Amino acid sequence: MSLQLALKINDRDNVATIFANGIVLGSEVEVRDKQGKSEKVKVLGDVPFGHKIALKDIHPGEEIFKYGEEIGVATKEIKRGEHVHVHNLDSMRGRGDLKGEAVK
Amino acid sequence: MNFMGYVRPDGKVGARNHVAVIPSVICANDVAQAIVGQVQGTVGFFHHQGCCQLPPDLKRVTDTLIGLGCSPNVGAALIVSLGCEGTDHERMLKTIVKTGKPVKIIRIQELGGASRAIQAGIDAAQELVGQISGLQREPSDLSNVVMAIKCGASDTTSGMASNCVVGYVADKMVDLGATVVFGETTEFIGAEHILARRAANKQVADKIYEIVERMETRAKSLGCDMRKGQPTPGNIAGGLSSIEEKSLGAIVKSGSKPIQGVLEYPEMVTTQKGLWIKDSPGREPEILTGMACTGAQFMMFSTGRGAPQGFPSMPVIKICGNPNTFDRMSHDMDLNAGLIIKGEKTIEQVGEEAFQKVLCVLNGEMTKNEAIKYFNSIDIHTLGPVI
Repeated sequence: MSLQLALKINDRDNVATIFANGIVLGSEVEVRDKQGKSEKVKVLGDVPFGHKIALKDIHPGEEIFKYGEEIGVATKEIKRGEHVHVHNLDSMRGRGDLKGEAVK
Repeated sequence: MNFMGYVRPDGKVGARNHVAVIPSVICANDVAQAIVGQVQGTVGFFHHQGCCQLPPDLKRVTDTLIGLGCSPNVGAALIVSLGCEGTDHERMLKTIVKTGKPVKIIRIQELGGASRAIQAGIDAAQELVGQISGLQREPSDLSNVVMAIKCGASDTTSGMASNCVVGYVADKMVDLGATVVFGETTEFIGAEHILARRAANKQVADKIYEIVERMETRAKSLGCDMRKGQPTPGNIAGGLSSIEEKSLGAIVKSGSKPIQGVLEYPEMVTTQKGLWIKDSPGREPEILTGMACTGAQFMMFSTGRGAPQGFPSMPVIKICGNPNTFDRMSHDMDLNAGLIIKGEKTIEQVGEEAFQKVLCVLNGEMTKNEAIKYFNSIDIHTLGPVI
């Protein structure tokens, strides 16, 4: 199978976005950054086109970074290579359900 | 640099030459639709507001419809009033007349009902078309242009491809002396600190924080997590996990120039130049109306999942960041930024193609949605309840 690419936008990011079809459990992706450096990551599960994977183990409560900015917080233990999305990432904004404790 | 446009009596320059049929209230839509269906050269704004709303909203709707009538792509206007609506149709008439463009009004109740109003409306619109349809385009400087920006049905390709191209064009237009307006305040949430750093001064930075807080408070008012409202189910299926992620990708479309100020929803551009924010929601029918009433001659609209719709009086150029979507929906997409994701073209290359497309569209080339009239579902953003 040909090598599939994923993009890490900022050095601070702990996720990368996969722009490839047919990524399944065990697929290997080559994660590239702006400097042209790359690392290979084994994907732990099916990941649709345009979705993110973790580049390192992320613990519950830890911030998730893309574009070098916080995009949410991990709600579960996330392993390197695992799909990162609404099932394990919580938004911290527009949270009317958090009754005033909403983290700004 | 020049484009070929229609020079209006008030000095504004249009990229289109429509007779606008403007219902002053939802109850006049059917009459307005019948007129637009019969008379070539007309477009209609079939919104759903204008009565049984609180006074600030009625003023907002009136101001928005005035903005649409005054916009440079409109050469003449026909106001279709019911007669008992909450909007101020007399102020609409007086204000649009001040542009020097031909304006007429018909009143359904006064004329004796729908069929008589339709007849009078067709006669009136026909006369207006006769008055303006022979106008010729003239060379006009690009500094007369107001460019609107929007992204819709986004996915993770938007922030990495199509929005980058829109940002490239926005920077170029600002350098050429034009006005550029972006909005979607909801999609500043989580990225407002980056926009505030680009504010021309502290007042503008404070205003950016203020409109984001106002929008977020509104979003939280029902006591739930706004996810699924924003980001939408389509955004989520496309890989966007949170509003923060969506916002960080969305603001890329505004380019890199300093932000000069914030316009309220119905506010028109008068002398403003450079990059501006329009306080507006993200949903298409409302923000497209808000941008057209700003006076924008065209919009660049970035998408990943494939948003097809446009606006009656304002050509909307669709640029698609997702190569899979572009292949499926090429009849709705004007530009392919998916080639950036595939590594076949750079942002600059697609940016230059996009700029050439902008010039063609300003000169009269129809966009995909314009050619198939995929632009009728519009609305006006109001704040209070319907009562």
